Amino acid sequence: MLLDTGSRVAVVGGGPAGSFFTYFLLEMASRMEIELQVDVYEPKTYLQPGPAGCNMCGGIISESLVQYLGAEGIILDSDVVQRGIDSYVMHMDAGTVRIDPPGHEKRIAAVHRGAGPRGQVNHRWASFDKHLLGLAESLGAHVINDRVETIDWVDGRPRVATKKGEGGVYDLLVSAVGVSGGGLKLMESMGIGYQPPETTKTYICEFLLGEEVIEQYFGSSMHVFLLDIPRLEFAAIIPKGEFVTVVMLGEGIDKELVDAFLGSPEVRACFPADWSIPEEHCRCFPSINIKGSPRPYGDRVVFIGDCGENRLYKDGIGGDYRTAKAAAKTAIFEGVSEGAFRKYYGPTCKALATDNSIGKIVFLVTGLIKKLPFARRGMLRMVAGEQRSPGSGKQMSGVLWDTFTGSSSYRSVFQRTMHPLFLGKLVWNIIVALPRRRAIVGQ
Amino acid sequence: MKAGDLGREYQDGEAIITQGEVGDRMYVVQSGKVEVVRTDGAAEVRLAELKQGDFFGEMALFDKDVRSSTVRAKGTARVLTIDKKMFLRKVHEDPSLAFRIMEKMSRRIRELNEQAGK
Repeated sequence: MLLDTGSRVAVVGGGPAGSFFTYFLLEMASRMEIELQVDVYEPKTYLQPGPAGCNMCGGIISESLVQYLGAEGIILDSDVVQRGIDSYVMHMDAGTVRIDPPGHEKRIAAVHRGAGPRGQVNHRWASFDKHLLGLAESLGAHVINDRVETIDWVDGRPRVATKKGEGGVYDLLVSAVGVSGGGLKLMESMGIGYQPPETTKTYICEFLLGEEVIEQYFGSSMHVFLLDIPRLEFAAIIPKGEFVTVVMLGEGIDKELVDAFLGSPEVRACFPADWSIPEEHCRCFPSINIKGSPRPYGDRVVFIGDCGENRLYKDGIGGDYRTAKAAAKTAIFEGVSEGAFRKYYGPTCKALATDNSIGKIVFLVTGLIKKLPFARRGMLRMVAGEQRSPGSGKQMSGVLWDTFTGSSSYRSVFQRTMHPLFLGKLVWNIIVALPRRRAIVGQ
Repeated sequence: MKAGDLGREYQDGEAIITQGEVGDRMYVVQSGKVEVVRTDGAAEVRLAELKQGDFFGEMALFDKDVRSSTVRAKGTARVLTIDKKMFLRKVHEDPSLAFRIMEKMSRRIRELNEQAGK
């Protein structure tokens, strides 16, 4: 089962996974002098503000992905990137510390996935997803703005049909659907035994503050919150162009938890004193993949991005890039049979899944630190010390940077936290920070 | 720099890499232009002018030698750094990431051959 000139490929879903797949498939096919016909089915035009024109997500392109894309020749310009991020500020009840990586270079991109939040009036920035889809189109992909209604099989080949009657029979079907919409049900109905990934809900909302206020209060830093609020795993505020995006991860996120977070003194201190939560603002509860599909492939079908396997909590677009490119390479060089995908695409999914298992431990430890006041103070002291001394090692800063920005694998983060020097410094800082607790308690 | 600009901005004439120094990263021009110059004694030879999307400093990713030339901004230029360790780790997992760099190096060898033949 090999793709050859004239082969037809259907990509269902024109988010980052689908666009990356299409881009790399067509690029590799061109190098191999194979002419493919690729149809990308995407009902969104990414022109409508609000959730209808958006594949809801925090909109962070990690430091590692920005570099990979640079090496791939893909430049992200300021008509798509709303803010280049060069640092992050960690907020805890024990204090706040700003972490600057060496080089002070803006290598994290804050974008809006869609046309921007509901209520947006200034359309200065293009949708990131539309930008990527445009790259795929520039290599010859045909985008069909319609929702796929059915997928069935004709002589062992997938047949796609949309609401408006578009579609056809293909040599390869690529599922790049998200986990928030109805795409997973469609894939389950294909009759190939596809098991969807396990998911959890996140909360994202956008506040219009204007460029000047954002510059003054948030700058080019991502703001990360490690607060001891029950059910809250992690939260961040990401400055964009005229909006800030609030992202929350946790258990059963509801209005009560959102209010507890937004009303906390640490969050309030980030905003202007006279600011209050506007009645009307864009918000959504998108799902994310927390455990991938056990077999994200079959004969002439492959599942990429969130509907297959992805990175846990962070760098979802980086995970899209990895699975999309691995699937494209397999399709061009190894074929489109289940065996080819198992042998050549499967290891990429497995590597992500293994790293996610380590990530669960990393987040478990982070959760523990969040709950223990003395550990929080010790960690804060260690980071603050590292940031004050330019020449010293930045073990904790580096670990936190990679954990919160998703710039490195969880395995690498975990290995660094197991280093005796790291553990020794942390224990020392916890011990030194202990008397402060007594002083505070005694006051 | 605009809020949405990535990388680091260099002013006209500012050196991004310097001939003879040890390098551990490569660069991609994001906007503006940079010029590649080589100094032999007192003489300075201009080797190339690079624009958006062009790479430089990539030899440092593959060998351990010092920088073979100086690259400086021509007007205001913005460049993105690609770390050697991060890049090599990724290339080990996905060798095709090096394809564009090989393409660029191959084009440079072709240009050098043409110059040598003149």
